[in-house]
Amino acid sequence: MRWMWIDQITELVPGKRMVAIKNVSLAEEHLHDHFAAVGDLEALPVCPASLIIEGMAQTAGILVGAARDFQNNVILAKIARATLDAEVFPGQTIRFEAEVTNLDAAGAATTGVVSRSDAGSGEWTVIGHIDLLFSHADQSMSGVALPDHNFVFGDNLKIILQSTGLVVAPPTGER
Amino acid sequence: MAETAVLNRDEILEKTRGVLMEALVVDADEVTPDASLTADLEAESIDFLDIVFRLEKEFSTPDKPFKIEQGELFPDNLLENPAWFQGNKFTDEGMAMLRERMPHVDFSAFDEDRELDKVGATITVSAIVDFVDRKLTA
Repeated sequence: MRWMWIDQITELVPGKRMVAIKNVSLAEEHLHDHFAAVGDLEALPVCPASLIIEGMAQTAGILVGAARDFQNNVILAKIARATLDAEVFPGQTIRFEAEVTNLDAAGAATTGVVSRSDAGSGEWTVIGHIDLLFSHADQSMSGVALPDHNFVFGDNLKIILQSTGLVVAPPTGER
Repeated sequence: MAETAVLNRDEILEKTRGVLMEALVVDADEVTPDASLTADLEAESIDFLDIVFRLEKEFSTPDKPFKIEQGELFPDNLLENPAWFQGNKFTDEGMAMLRERMPHVDFSAFDEDRELDKVGATITVSAIVDFVDRKLTA
């Protein structure tokens, strides 16, 4: 099962911009290890920076994929910039705002803003910026054999996409 | 008159140096004209796409977009014709193909070796400057 690091898409301008949110919850098991109590230090559950980057990658990746009707395998190829200036704690919500800066047959570049909100406050604080590069991987470009079907945009992703009203092409071939 | 119409090679070099410093996270003194992107600046294949996008942004103006087509700056599909290589080396036909596809690259030293997996190292900072200069004045 793939794990999804965004809970809802709140805005989508095809080919240009997408906004998604992720609610951080103490029910997420990994937070109990990040960070667990050590010696005299109390436990400090915070969302790992790597997963914040993953959330932006999923947001921007969906934006890039949607621009070409999800016909390409959109692969995260490079993290051009990732700066995070504050932690995100359980009970807070992360907002990912991604915009396309370049898009062609070879791949795409995106720029993104990460914001944080306390539960119920309705106010967002910018906490970082994440710029990414994606490759449209296919058999001719890669040195390894890839599945014939689109292995990036599978059924779990469609559940979130369908909530936005986006129409997703059915998968082809064996999963 | 569009800004890019008056750029000389030194100006192109400085802009290109800025692009490569950002894309490859290297210092200015490392980006010399003779530096190879892969052999000296440790660029990888995905960096080529990043460099293309950044060059397009750097050299585009509202009047004249600077668009680099896939395979125009960095080589791709070099093995699509079996006549271009024999074993792990380019043939004479393969070398002719390289020179035709990439007139901005100096293949004189590479011609003595011709190994397939070393062709990427032929792309130097000067080659990129030459490519941009040719494209801007075309």
